[in-house]
Amino acid sequence: MLTRVFNGIAARALLIAASILFLAPFAWMISTSLKSETRIMPRPGESIQWIPTTDKFDEQGRNLVTYNGKTAVNLGRDEASGKYKLLLEGSEVEAWEEDFTNQQRVGLHWQNYVRAFQTIDFPRNLRNTLYICFMTVAGTLVSCSLVAYSFSRIEWPGRNLLFLLVLATMMIPYEVELIPLFVLYKELGWTGTFKPLIVPAFLGTPFYIFLLRQFFMGIPKDLSAAATIDGCSEFGIYAHVILPLSKPALATTALFMFLFQWGDFLNPLVFLQDDRQWTLSLALQQFQSQHNSAWGPLMAMSTVITTPIIALFFLTQRTFIQGITMTGLKG
Amino acid sequence: MTRSERRNLRNGLLFASPYILGFALISFYPLAMTAIYSLSDYDAIKPPAWVGLDNFLRLTTDDRFWTAVKNTLFFTVASVPAGLALALALAMLLSLKVRGQAVYRTIFFLPTIVPLVVSSVLWIWVFSPENGLLNGVLHQIGIENTPGWLTSRAWAKPALVLMSLWGIGGSMVIFIAGIADVPQSLYEVADLDGAGPLTKFRHVTLPMISPVILFNLVIGLINGFQYFTQAYVMTNGRGDPADSTLFYALYLYRSAFYYLQLGYASAMAWIMFIVILAATLAVLASSKRWVHYHAD
Repeated sequence: MLTRVFNGIAARALLIAASILFLAPFAWMISTSLKSETRIMPRPGESIQWIPTTDKFDEQGRNLVTYNGKTAVNLGRDEASGKYKLLLEGSEVEAWEEDFTNQQRVGLHWQNYVRAFQTIDFPRNLRNTLYICFMTVAGTLVSCSLVAYSFSRIEWPGRNLLFLLVLATMMIPYEVELIPLFVLYKELGWTGTFKPLIVPAFLGTPFYIFLLRQFFMGIPKDLSAAATIDGCSEFGIYAHVILPLSKPALATTALFMFLFQWGDFLNPLVFLQDDRQWTLSLALQQFQSQHNSAWGPLMAMSTVITTPIIALFFLTQRTFIQGITMTGLKG
Repeated sequence: MTRSERRNLRNGLLFASPYILGFALISFYPLAMTAIYSLSDYDAIKPPAWVGLDNFLRLTTDDRFWTAVKNTLFFTVASVPAGLALALALAMLLSLKVRGQAVYRTIFFLPTIVPLVVSSVLWIWVFSPENGLLNGVLHQIGIENTPGWLTSRAWAKPALVLMSLWGIGGSMVIFIAGIADVPQSLYEVADLDGAGPLTKFRHVTLPMISPVILFNLVIGLINGFQYFTQAYVMTNGRGDPADSTLFYALYLYRSAFYYLQLGYASAMAWIMFIVILAATLAVLASSKRWVHYHAD
């Protein structure tokens, strides 16, 4: 009895500790995105600051500082001596910079977000990313469901062999296909357009063909038979019987594909050329490589790119987790 | 063939036609072309010039190639077992009747939702030697000599391994499902035999979830060998410092699109394909000894 209680407490403690570790980077990202430059690079000896702060000023705009444990006003620097003049309890004192610290109050530095949006054409990148996401999801749903239907709901010779081929191609690393595809698209004049990113989605993706095929196989054959007796064509059965019953699997497919495309980096990197075509992932990476110490704006941009996806995840959580377990267990 | 059989054949092929076309264009054609390029000298401007096995021979004496191989092996060997262990541990914890399971599960899964570029940029910042989160925490608990992480030849790869642990949420979720599938009756029988929790784990849980372990292991290996985005973003595509993070896929990318040696890169691509295939087959073959498939 006691061991069970202890197990419960120990488990809870471990989970809380692990949760803190896992959430820390997120908190750090948001915190940094709201800090000003001076707060992002603390002075040596200062501990980590989680809550963004800004300097405190008095009514005349002068910094309030802490000196010897008391509050003072920073009157400015004496160029000759190099020391700062502070107004402490009515009288002036001199102090070196290291001897006092600026007082802080909680303050969110939203300028990082402004600067991020000024440096990168965010609306355009967002539009590009959304366009690619929606087109590829549409293409995947149409093509993969049709092909999966063929592998599961129609009996024809050679079907299983072709399905094995689908599985085999899942093993091919994308890098092997990338170079000739690049050359091919170049010949076709498609590089520098969105076509290399969108067209393949309409030609079937092995992973989703597999997923949908497994799902379709679970639908009772009687339903197809009944529809045939009612005079339904094969396509009619596909559209009016199978598809409506497959909403969970289709939703999972759409979600996974959307997520993948939202964050895809290699394809935009290789096939897009004009910075007006950049997706969000590409834009962030380029921003980082050009301004690699602008941590405030970088974290602001990261937060902005991540938030919609996390929101989408929370809205569709159950579908998500179900989908993952579907792929992991039906293997 | 009867009329309905012929109709089925026609419909079957028709419905499958997107993939048939796709396979021809996106799998077969590129595979064949990569094989041809790998035996040629090709810079994407002049047509490919046949050089036979020259590219492959050059790879054997290319120091950077072997560095890339070693880096990729190190990363995979370090991150995959550690990742599986952590995912399994968290999955076990979440399978106990703890309150707020769904919340914890979400928390651990969240990092896998984040686009890889975002994680990479975020973790560059976390690893920042002067102002990053990690060294900040280490300083606060009293550790003064903190590593340079991504700026240090010795610590760059371990840093990436550490970062990969953040993303084990996907395998964890699959483990959770696998653990939930283990029949409760087996645990009860073990209880009757006087088995403690560790024994139950070793002799009931592990064997019953071995198919799921196999799945996560194979996927983990394949992903480890193809590690690209994080390496590219975190080193500006270069594999710094001093090639310590030059991973195989990164070197392949650079050879193709930076040095414009498409033939050379294609040779590398085929080697990668064969290695991944061999590794997967080896794991699958070994699985006969330790994986138990249950009849339901």
